[in-house]
Amino acid sequence: MRWAAAFLGAVIAFAAPVHAQIEVDVVGGISAPMPIAIPVMPTPAQAGTPAGDTGSLGARVAEVITNDLRNSGLFRPLAESALRPVTFPQVTAPDFAGWGTTGAQALVQGFVQANGDGTLTVGCYLYDVFARSELTRQGFVVRPADWRRAAHKCSDTVYTRLSGEGPYFDSQIVYVSETGPKQHRTKRLAIMDQDGANHRFITNGQSIVLTPRFAPNQQTLVFMSFENDRPRVYVYDVGSGRKRLVVDQPNMTFAPRFSPDGRYIVFSMAVNGNTDIYRVPASGGGATRLTSSPGIDTAASYSPDGSKIVFESDRSGGQQLYVMNADGSNQQRISFGGGRYATPVWSPRGDLIAFTRIGGGFAVGIMSPDGSGEKILTNGWQDEGPSWSPNGRVIMFFRTAQGSGKADLWSVDLTGVNERRVPTPLDGSDPAWGPLRP
Amino acid sequence: MANTTAKLLLTAALIATAACSKKKPAELPPPPPQETTAPEPAPEGQTGEVGTTVLPGSRADFVQQAGSDTVHFATDSHDVDAEAQAILAKQAEWLQRYPNVAVTVEGHADERGTREYNLALGERRANAAKDFLVNNGVAASRISVISYGKERPVAIGSDEAAWAQNRRAVTVVPIGG
Repeated sequence: MRWAAAFLGAVIAFAAPVHAQIEVDVVGGISAPMPIAIPVMPTPAQAGTPAGDTGSLGARVAEVITNDLRNSGLFRPLAESALRPVTFPQVTAPDFAGWGTTGAQALVQGFVQANGDGTLTVGCYLYDVFARSELTRQGFVVRPADWRRAAHKCSDTVYTRLSGEGPYFDSQIVYVSETGPKQHRTKRLAIMDQDGANHRFITNGQSIVLTPRFAPNQQTLVFMSFENDRPRVYVYDVGSGRKRLVVDQPNMTFAPRFSPDGRYIVFSMAVNGNTDIYRVPASGGGATRLTSSPGIDTAASYSPDGSKIVFESDRSGGQQLYVMNADGSNQQRISFGGGRYATPVWSPRGDLIAFTRIGGGFAVGIMSPDGSGEKILTNGWQDEGPSWSPNGRVIMFFRTAQGSGKADLWSVDLTGVNERRVPTPLDGSDPAWGPLRP
Repeated sequence: MANTTAKLLLTAALIATAACSKKKPAELPPPPPQETTAPEPAPEGQTGEVGTTVLPGSRADFVQQAGSDTVHFATDSHDVDAEAQAILAKQAEWLQRYPNVAVTVEGHADERGTREYNLALGERRANAAKDFLVNNGVAASRISVISYGKERPVAIGSDEAAWAQNRRAVTVVPIGG
């Protein structure tokens, strides 16, 4: 993929650091969403591209940014009818007086320009309307086909500047697309952008596929497939479509996860009714056994520094969460609340572990890695399988309906207030959020 | 006349059983009539429909003779209870009678568990059933296991009755086996 992100050197100078006049609170959950204006981006010269003309792209880029920021729960984008037209010269000289009457605190402006080499430049400017000051600007050069990525990068620029949190909009989801009767669901791997766009299927549905995960390089997936009635973990190269068994042996392997540096895969293997956690080099080779309790040890997830692994085990009688060193030593239980705890996932920021709690129902929650500060974020009939956004501030999970068994994808932020359905063409389960794209 | 009616009913039951047996995973067929003897071959020279019959050593025969190909489990348990033991003992008897048949024991879980744990739980259940068969004289090499976790329920409800049916291990005799 050809992709270049750069400040627009001569055309657009670096914005001088400005004291944040405005900011949004990601975890507090008390403040109301910030009113923000994201008008249609003008073009310096109307030009055709394979993705449409630059004028229409300006409208579509603004729409993508609007949806991103709204879905974050931190912003309240102005309705289209409240927006004002922006001319190209106004992009760097906003009509602050005019925007001041709309109630918007922040203003996102930009432009879409076709370059001579077939690329597009998307300019992205963030203004504080009341302080009448520029907060940041950034330009992105993309192939026309990647115009949505430029829009997501602009959303990330705005989000990062105003929240102080890391970016996450320019990222992908791999998940299991589901259709068909409850007794015989057809399941296919699919990849899409974080907002549901650019959806494509990876497998054809002939075999049950489960629990995909991205490698840090985003070019490799691990997942479980029932191909040839042998449920096993496969390592899959997205570019070539080639796949291989993670380990070739007669037992069921499942619950695969990459280490943060991509060098290892942890997975579970069931042998004669006993499931333990193993580690294998991602490039292939022999597996190392990390747990050996007589019980089900599964759902291993590395800490972001790779030094520890959180996993679930029913060694105490029911599923609970444990943390161990990456070599399997020093296994300590961390969950002690009511009910059972499953599918732990270490946040990419390291500060939290997301999990499924099984009490009366199935809910997604978070706790500190030492087990303190438990907070339940969702409440459905069956919410399960959390996955972290690249910045560790949003969780995607799947919700299964009572009766029909239909599942779909949802996201929720750390406040638990901003819960949204993630659009998919069919039903969806087992979402895994990929890393931020470069 | 009464005898003919009984024969016809029996044939219908056998056809139903045979049709049922083609489903995978197999569902419980209607119990065979116990007091009737095996069907006699249709008299020579009669025309009409081609009937089906249960062939010895077949999947339908296994289900008929063992009473069921399925045993059930309590929530989050892989204990083989008395009812399951009785069924598995009959399955083991049958398997000893047909030593050339290799079977697959499928382990399943209900929907009220997380996906990966349920895969492990299904594997546990399949192995519990396998272990019982092995302890009752069936060579371990004749039994393979597979877990479907919660991926292949037979009962589609979201209630205790449905979940009880779905927590199961199914001994699958190959079609034509």
